[in-house]
Amino acid sequence: MLIALAVAVLVMVPVVVTFSSFAQVEGDILPHLAKFVLPELVGNTLWLVLGVGIGVSVLGVSLAWLTAMCEFPGRRVFDWALLLPLALPAYVTAFVAIGLLDFTGPLQTWLRESWRITGLPEIRSRGGVILVMSLALYPYVYLIARNAFATQGAIALEAAQSLGLSRTRGFFRVALPMARPWIAAGLMLALMETLADFGTMAIFNYDTFTTAIYKAWYSLFSLPAAAQLASILILFVLVTVVFEQRSRTQMRYGAVGRSAASRRISLSPALAGLAFAYAGAVLAIAFLIPVAQLALWTREVVATDLDTRYWSFTWHSVLLAGIGALMVVAVALLLAYAGRQRPGSAMLWTQRLATLGYAFPGAVLAVGLFIPVAALDNWLIDTGHAWFGFDGTEILKGTLLVMLLAYLVRFLAVGFGPIDSGLHRITRNIDEAAKNLGTGTGALLARVHLPMLRASLLTAGALAFVDIMKEMPITLMTRPFGWDTLAVRVFEMTSEGEWERAALPSLAIVIAGIIPVILLTWRGAHSHG
Amino acid sequence: MKPTLTRLLAALVLTAAALPALAEQVVVYSARNEQLIKPLFDAYTRDTGVQIKFITDKEGPLMARLQAEGRNTPADVLLTVDAGNLWQAAQQGLLRPIRSKTLEANVPAHLRDPDNEWFGLSVRARTLVYNTQKVKPAELSTYEDLASPKWKGRLCLRTSKKVYNQSLVAMMIKEYGEDKTEAMVRGWVANLATSPFPDDTKAMEAVAAGQCDVTLVNTYYFGRLMEKNPALPLAIFWPNQGLKSQAAGVHVNISGAGVTRHAKNPAGAQKLIEWLSSDKAQNLFADVNLEYPVNPKVAPDKTVAAWGSFRQNLINVKEAGSLQAKAVKLMDRAGYK
Repeated sequence: MLIALAVAVLVMVPVVVTFSSFAQVEGDILPHLAKFVLPELVGNTLWLVLGVGIGVSVLGVSLAWLTAMCEFPGRRVFDWALLLPLALPAYVTAFVAIGLLDFTGPLQTWLRESWRITGLPEIRSRGGVILVMSLALYPYVYLIARNAFATQGAIALEAAQSLGLSRTRGFFRVALPMARPWIAAGLMLALMETLADFGTMAIFNYDTFTTAIYKAWYSLFSLPAAAQLASILILFVLVTVVFEQRSRTQMRYGAVGRSAASRRISLSPALAGLAFAYAGAVLAIAFLIPVAQLALWTREVVATDLDTRYWSFTWHSVLLAGIGALMVVAVALLLAYAGRQRPGSAMLWTQRLATLGYAFPGAVLAVGLFIPVAALDNWLIDTGHAWFGFDGTEILKGTLLVMLLAYLVRFLAVGFGPIDSGLHRITRNIDEAAKNLGTGTGALLARVHLPMLRASLLTAGALAFVDIMKEMPITLMTRPFGWDTLAVRVFEMTSEGEWERAALPSLAIVIAGIIPVILLTWRGAHSHG
Repeated sequence: MKPTLTRLLAALVLTAAALPALAEQVVVYSARNEQLIKPLFDAYTRDTGVQIKFITDKEGPLMARLQAEGRNTPADVLLTVDAGNLWQAAQQGLLRPIRSKTLEANVPAHLRDPDNEWFGLSVRARTLVYNTQKVKPAELSTYEDLASPKWKGRLCLRTSKKVYNQSLVAMMIKEYGEDKTEAMVRGWVANLATSPFPDDTKAMEAVAAGQCDVTLVNTYYFGRLMEKNPALPLAIFWPNQGLKSQAAGVHVNISGAGVTRHAKNPAGAQKLIEWLSSDKAQNLFADVNLEYPVNPKVAPDKTVAAWGSFRQNLINVKEAGSLQAKAVKLMDRAGYK
């Protein structure tokens, strides 16, 4: 309990720093933004949230149902391959999509020059942003919904059919409502990432609340105004989280069901073909085509840009993502477990606040953490100087500790979601049974809960791992000298618009990010028997 | 495996700065990319034996970092692109004035801070690029002219969120005043063929493909694009050459550097900046990114020189900083996204 509280306090540090910006009055910047910028971008942001929300739900749920419940050609491959877009940063998908589909891209050029066809829908538009973000983020919903369907879908469907419902109605009236809380958990992750996204929005030049935050900071040079806007965004997310969790109180904690594999729905040849085409199209558009484009660009620059330093970039990325993911999983487990031991509204709020880091625009979170760390460092240095004659400029700042803590704050939500819902699915009867057999709390966790949570822990770790691999602003701001990663390479290339050269580090991120996806597959193979 | 683990432990437990420094060292915070500065730093170390440690990030975070670190910052030099950012750093009290005959001689007066807190090291010209199959150079004249109705549906622009456009508009405010500038920016927006692009290269590709006829870019993007694809029907036009007012000349900006207020090695920092402005380093600094050397005694790269010579606007580039917030707000009002 105490540990959970300590974690929450730590995570709250950037929140407090950000909200404290209201102590400073920022002249005319906010009124200006409110008058000329905010009206449009609030609309933009709401459309985006709505569109991406629908997009990731439809893609994620339908694909999860197909791979978890049905049998069709290629199902075994799609099962894990549909997770692959997770390894691809959304801004990369965006850049590739615009490169291929804009007026100057190969498709429109060919249509124009060979067939005189013009007037295709503009990719650099609201619809384009929503499409790209949905394709990049649906795996969050897919991953969590697939677990829900795989463990309870068959039972739900059987129950529905025994009540005389058709399969379709069984899906909509029983299986889907039962899986709703889990779908919502995935949806929240996707939407928080959408709200905090800057890179993709910059490529589309689509103004959202987050782009206004960066405008206040980078263009109008007012960090306080940026922090004030960020506070509003975070409050909005918090309110949404509360509403989402209200819906979870209706969650039915069914025990983890038996394998669905033996009871898969076998589709008619026509439907199976459709399922294959649909899953194949999503996989191609969201992953294969962007990666092929990256590979083509990489081929152009690989001779000049690939040097031995890439070993260290890759090693740093994997190491940081690995340690970071372990920390995220450990702390998320702690936080979720504390909630199980001591449920109550105080604990619920602790959890809500502790997982808010994911909704922060990355750079705002980075600076919100850096300011107090630097202040603490200054105090340590001065004390060290007065007492021991210490003569240096960095004690905490120059270590990986700050960086790893920042990752923890940012990605705790990513770990907490899967673990918390996993923990909820272990019924209390099991705890009672174990206690009656004389098992202590520690042993209960180690011998009963952890093995049952293995799938959730792996999911949490894998999500955190790929997210940290892709993370840019925190890595840039808190890395010690010499700790450049693959994401830092992407930044170096893209900051002056050299997207083709950024293909090499992006591709390396994708390849390294596939490792945890393979882990998930291996886990999937086991739990599906 | 073992050495890396040791290094990891060292990084976790110790701090590099706490160890006694063996060689002289200068620490640089840079918003200029690693691939553009590393060759220079390597050359400096070869020349002088001075070690350079650096970290790259965007300007905003680098300045916030300097601010938060205060007197205990490890940084000696702040290196960044765009005078607006340098002016802002000086404004926030992050830099210190330095007196240097070398820098005064090597850097033209309008490309450095009048208070000597920062100095330009390379020049970036923001100019017009047009489609050679659709536009005759005689049709082009000034930045302001792009607002005239004859360009309706023929103009492409990069987003106003990029500091290069903010600086350009800031300088125009200095020349024409806010009202006239706003009218011109509104004219640009009215002439747009399509919504603004995320970068200069995309805008030029749209010009080449015929989506529009003319755009506004930094010349090194043009150089880079043409190097890759020399067949594109694109050419550079130098605007505002014939004007007599203070709006005369092509708008230029700089990448530049200053010594941080709390530098631990200010003398070393100053020497590094002086060296960067010298004949020896200027070509290395500018040519690697197809920019212009700031030092007028140094000739630009062959590719760059082939674009022809031009008159520069001579207003001090610091105005890009002092008027930047005004410019951003003006562009918001004018609906330039």
